[in-house]
Amino acid sequence: MARTLSMKDAINEAIDQEMGRDPTVIMMGEDIVGGAGADGEDDAWGGVLGVTKGLFAKYPNQMIDTPLSESAYVGAAVGAATCGLRPIAELMFVDFLGVCFDQIFNQAAKFRYMFGGKAETPVVIRAMCGAGFRAAAQHSQMLTPIVTHIPGLKVVCPSNAYDTKGLLIQAIRDNDPVIFLEHKNLYASECDVPEEPYAIPFGEANIVREGGDVTIVTYGLMVQNSLAAADMLKKEGIEVEVIDLRTLSPIDMDTVIESVEETGRLVCVDEASPRCSIATDVSACVARDAFKSLKAPIEMVTPPHSPVPFSPALEDLYIPSPDKIAAAVRKTMEA
Amino acid sequence: MSDQIIPILMPKWGLSMRVGTLAAWHVEAGTDITPGDEIMDVETDKIANAVEAADGGLLRRCVGQAGEIYPVQALLGVIAPSSVTDAEVDAYVDAFEMPEVEEEEDTGPSYEFAELEIGKIRYTERSGDGVPVVLIHGFGGDLDNWLFNIDALAEKAPVYALDLPGHGQSVKAVANPNLETMVSAVIQLMDHLKLEKAHLVGHSMGGLVAAQTGISNPKRVASLSLICSAGLGDEINAEYIDGFVFAANRKELKPKLKHLFADESLVNRSMVDDLLKYKRLDGVQVFLDALRDNLFGSGKQVVNVIAGLDALECPQQVIWGEADAVIPQAHANGINGALVTIVADAGHMVQMEESSRVNELLKDML
Repeated sequence: MARTLSMKDAINEAIDQEMGRDPTVIMMGEDIVGGAGADGEDDAWGGVLGVTKGLFAKYPNQMIDTPLSESAYVGAAVGAATCGLRPIAELMFVDFLGVCFDQIFNQAAKFRYMFGGKAETPVVIRAMCGAGFRAAAQHSQMLTPIVTHIPGLKVVCPSNAYDTKGLLIQAIRDNDPVIFLEHKNLYASECDVPEEPYAIPFGEANIVREGGDVTIVTYGLMVQNSLAAADMLKKEGIEVEVIDLRTLSPIDMDTVIESVEETGRLVCVDEASPRCSIATDVSACVARDAFKSLKAPIEMVTPPHSPVPFSPALEDLYIPSPDKIAAAVRKTMEA
Repeated sequence: MSDQIIPILMPKWGLSMRVGTLAAWHVEAGTDITPGDEIMDVETDKIANAVEAADGGLLRRCVGQAGEIYPVQALLGVIAPSSVTDAEVDAYVDAFEMPEVEEEEDTGPSYEFAELEIGKIRYTERSGDGVPVVLIHGFGGDLDNWLFNIDALAEKAPVYALDLPGHGQSVKAVANPNLETMVSAVIQLMDHLKLEKAHLVGHSMGGLVAAQTGISNPKRVASLSLICSAGLGDEINAEYIDGFVFAANRKELKPKLKHLFADESLVNRSMVDDLLKYKRLDGVQVFLDALRDNLFGSGKQVVNVIAGLDALECPQQVIWGEADAVIPQAHANGINGALVTIVADAGHMVQMEESSRVNELLKDML
């Protein structure tokens, strides 16, 4: 019987299998060991949501609990990567990226370029991202555009457990710095995941649903909402193609362009803030490269340009819903 | 009365199938159908295929509606001779208990794993009486290639299907990805399952494996059924083999898979995705590269088993899809004394495309 796994467990399994295969794979983060050396049960926590539970018991020399200082341990991970290890640094929330911008933007992203290709930085920086967790404005952002903007970083934001395992294994084996963003509201989502290790190449979008009328381009949690919208629209006779970008840098624009050339209509759905986002980037590329195919103006569905609200009612309104996505699709059909 | 009534049920294709969509009826009530007639199209999330009638007779009632989704084993139609009254047919339909959609915990047939000397081998089993059948898939395939055959054959004998080393969910890290390794995997599994003797059925490269297993172990083989088999001639479609081995993504893989079927529309997203997922497992690319070099290097088949088969005494048959675009159908006639059947309207995957015809031929051998 095929085996199903949650995204959370898929992350654990990917790290587990890579640590077992390659002893240079190490992990650093806050509470990822959880309780080691203190009173009480060892390995009790496994990170803020238990993602790394059990790994310390299996790989005590590869799991390092750090002080609450992202700038210090992200810097240490970047340095260790240039010296032959393959560190995974875990930020609890991507919102804390700000305190280690220099380590990531000026150091990790630049080493290969500034040392003339003589330095490699095989580091993975994992973090939870996204809204809907009732975690307020400082723990809910979708900061994919900020890291995608920086040349030298690879950026991954998976939408399901199968992709998560394969993309995380690829990230660990990759010789460049990878920002790996996991939507916290997808941690419990399950699908069939092979027990064996496997790698999914970067820069390959996944057409998760085929349809000939409108192309939706999205990633992360918004894949689910877009599929829900596509189900609603099918009942109205509108066939929607849904493209999951999976990796934002590199980005697979070929698949997007080919789809828009077929459908002639594009809706970009992005959980990031509306200015300078993945949605605006994809829209601009399509407007330049497939303008003649477009039968209607490109639509974008994003949150408003505001911090993520703490009020549950407002937070629900903030996130692009299937209804809003469906409305945008209908608008392209009416044009 | 009702012993003259034969139900037409939603088939179960593979372990994960719980429901199917009755896409279309090919026949209407009042038609006299014969076994093997294509009576309806059924679609699952994995595959779409025509359903061939297992039984013949007068179709009295189309119970299932086109476009609707039904659980496995749901009543879709009723066959009965005209001597059965309409009232009796109605009573049968009314009394039929529609099955529930199976839950995940359902204890149907499942996959098994055997820890053998060669490593972990996945197989599936259908129990029964008599000399068992062992089904051996082809290059890049797995035991689900027998989706439409395994249950039909199980009506007559115990059936086993395995994933060869390097394939499906079996061990990927094998020292020598070659024919001997494949043969020893089959023998090791037969030993493990205590199968003294078996009817070996092999498709494509699996035919070569079945043949070589018989040649090396004549006492273990009751009969050989070779379907679109390798090992019977030089030529093979190198564009397909190389294309399959080197395709790195969905776009490259999909056109190659069209070589496999007479009806190219059978290559759907799910099939392409599943194969891509297999190809991306650690160790598979290295394995397929090496196996290709060992068996089909330089675009020709390296091994020929015809002389060995001529010397083998067990009954042998060869089945070929008329439109096979991977291995030439002319190879079917190479073995002296073997029963040869060319199946029309089918390509390389003849056991899927014309399953009921192939199932009949395989059952005749048991």
